[in-house]
Amino acid sequence: MTASIATSQTILVVGGGIGGMTAALEAAECGKQVILVERNPTLGGRTALLYRYFPKMCHPTCGLEINLKRLKGNRKLRVMTQAEVTAVSGSAGDYTVTLKLRPRYVNKNCTACGDCGKSVAGEMANPYDYGLSKIKLAYLPHAMAYPQRYVLDPAIIGTPNAEKAKAACKVGAIDLDMKEETVEIKVGSVVWATGWKPYDAAKIQPYGYGRFANVVTSVEFERLADPRGPTGGKLLRPSDGQPAKNIAFIQCAGSRDENHLRHCSRICCMASLKQTHYVREAYADDAAGPGKSTIYYIDIRAIDRFEDFYKKVQEDPTVQFVKSKVASIKQNASANLILHGVDTEGYHRYAQEHDLVVLAIGMEPEANGIKLPADMLVDSSGFIEGSKDGGQFAAGSAASPTDVNRSVQSATAAALRAIQVVHRTAAVEEAT
Amino acid sequence: MSDHNNQAVARYRNDFLKEVEEHVEEGEWVKMCMQCGVCAGSCPLGAHWEHTPQKLFMMIRAGKREEVLRSDAMWMCTSCYNCVVRCPRHLPITHIMHGLASYAHRLGLAPKNQPTREFAKIFWDNLVNKGRVNELKLTLALYFKDGLVQGIKNALAMQSIGLGMVKAKRLNPMEIFGGHGLRDLKGFQAIVAKAREIEDKKKGYTN
Repeated sequence: MTASIATSQTILVVGGGIGGMTAALEAAECGKQVILVERNPTLGGRTALLYRYFPKMCHPTCGLEINLKRLKGNRKLRVMTQAEVTAVSGSAGDYTVTLKLRPRYVNKNCTACGDCGKSVAGEMANPYDYGLSKIKLAYLPHAMAYPQRYVLDPAIIGTPNAEKAKAACKVGAIDLDMKEETVEIKVGSVVWATGWKPYDAAKIQPYGYGRFANVVTSVEFERLADPRGPTGGKLLRPSDGQPAKNIAFIQCAGSRDENHLRHCSRICCMASLKQTHYVREAYADDAAGPGKSTIYYIDIRAIDRFEDFYKKVQEDPTVQFVKSKVASIKQNASANLILHGVDTEGYHRYAQEHDLVVLAIGMEPEANGIKLPADMLVDSSGFIEGSKDGGQFAAGSAASPTDVNRSVQSATAAALRAIQVVHRTAAVEEAT
Repeated sequence: MSDHNNQAVARYRNDFLKEVEEHVEEGEWVKMCMQCGVCAGSCPLGAHWEHTPQKLFMMIRAGKREEVLRSDAMWMCTSCYNCVVRCPRHLPITHIMHGLASYAHRLGLAPKNQPTREFAKIFWDNLVNKGRVNELKLTLALYFKDGLVQGIKNALAMQSIGLGMVKAKRLNPMEIFGGHGLRDLKGFQAIVAKAREIEDKKKGYTN
C-alpha cells in the first residue's frame, strides 16, 4: 500500500510521431499530467515526411498543425525532444524512467531566422529527406518542426564552425556549453509510440537497392513528390536528374516474406495506389504524354474502406497492374531497370523496362533497434504488445503496422488504457 | 499404368491436393503457396520448363492430376535451391519437385524417355546391382540408351574425355567385367528392400 501512495499520476509517452502526439494529447485533454519524449529534435515523426495522405490526398501539414495547436494550448503536457528512454524500472502505477537528454546547443531565444545555418560550412545527408539531399550542420529539421528551433549537429561542437554559428546568432540563442544529461522521472504508466522504420531495402538483394541509383523506396518517393523535397516536387531520377515517366511500383518489398519481414505491412498497397496519383499529376500538362505507373503485386490489400480508392486507380488508363512478385532487377546501359519475373495471370515470363523503380517498402518496428524494458511483450516481428504487469502499452505503428488513421485510433485507445492505470492506483490511495 | 495409380484414383477422386499431401514428399506444403511467382522467376532453367513450380502448385490445387503427374517439369529441376532460398514462405520447393517426380514414377505416369528419369533409373539399377556405382557401365548404359547407332555416336563424341580419364586413372576399363562391389552385397540389398518396405507402408501401398 505504501508503494501505491507514492504512485505517480503522470503518463509518459515515448515517441512524438502522429501516434505519440495523439496519445499524449488525448490523455492530457482528459486532465492527466503527460510527458511526451521524442528522440529527434522535432515532433512529427515519419508522418511529417509524407507528401500527402490517402485516401483524401490531403497534406500531413494539416493534421500536424491541428495537433501542434492542441499541444501548445495544453498546460498538462510537457514535451521533451532529443530525449531517449534508457531504462524503466518499477511496476504498473509506479515506474521510474531514466531519460538521456542530448543537447540541442540552441536555447529558447531561437527565432528560427536561419542565420546560423547560413554561417556554417559543411553539410550532412539530410535524414528528413531520407538522405536524398544535404542539410547544413546547423539546421531546422523541416518546415513543420516543433519546437521551431534550430539544432546544431554534435559533429561541429569544438570546431570553428560552432563559433561561426554562435557569432552569427543575433539573439544569443546558441549555447555551446550545453551538456548531455541523465534524469529520472516517476510515472504511473508508459505508452510506447516508438513507431516504425522502413525495412533496409539493401537486404532485398535481387532488387539492387543501393547498387542501382534508380531503385528507390516508397518513403524516398514521397520526398521526391513533395514540393519541399530534394527535387522541388519533380519526379526526377537519382541517376541523371531526368524526369521519370515510366515508373514501376514493387509491392511486398520486404513484407510478407519469411526472409525479411514476416508480417503484411498493410499500408504499402495503399501507399503505391496513392503514389500513382503523384505520377499522373506530375505529367498532367506534359505535351509528350502522361506518366505511366505499373504496380507489381501479389494481391492488392486495400484494407477496410479503401476498396473504392483501388477501384478508381484501376480505372486509370495510365496505371497497369501486373500480378507477380518481381524476381529480380537488372540495370541496362542507360540506367533503366529491367524487371524479371513470371506473372500469375497466365504465367507469362516478362522482362519489363522502367526508368524508375519504387519499392513499396515494409514497416519494421522502430523498437527493433532500441532497448525495451525486460518485461515487455513483443510479437514475432517485434511489434509491442505491452508489458506483462499491465502498466505499459503500445500505440500506433509500434503496436502493429498502421496508417496514420489507424495509428491515431490505436493511440487514443492506448491513452485510455494508460488513464485507467493511473486512475486505478488513485482509487487505492483514496481507500487508505 | 499401375495398380497404385488405380488405387489412388479411386481413393482421391478429384481431391488431388489431398493426394499430394499424403503421398508426395513435403506435399503438405503445396497449400501454403501464395502464387507470388518468385520461384518461377528465379529458376535458372525456368524458361525451359513447361510448368514452373508456381504453376504446378496451382495445377495441383485445381485438380489437374494427369497434367501434373505427366509433366516433365519436375524432372528438369537441377536442385540449385534458388527457389527455396527466395520463397517468401519457405516452401521446400526443390524437395516437392523431387517428391512429385518420384510419385509420378511410382504411379507409372512419368513421361517416357525423359532423360533425367532415364538417367536416374540407370543410376539406381547400377548402384543396387553391386552396392557401388560402376562408372564405366553407367556411362555406357547412358550412351546406348537410345540404341546401338546413337550409342556409338555418343561414345565417339566423348572419346577424348574417356581416354583422358583412363590415362588419369579415373576410369578403369577392367570394370566392364563385373567391377568392384560391396563385401556384404546381400546385406546391402536387404537394407534397400527393407527401406522400400517401410516407405510403402508409410505411404499405404499394398504391394
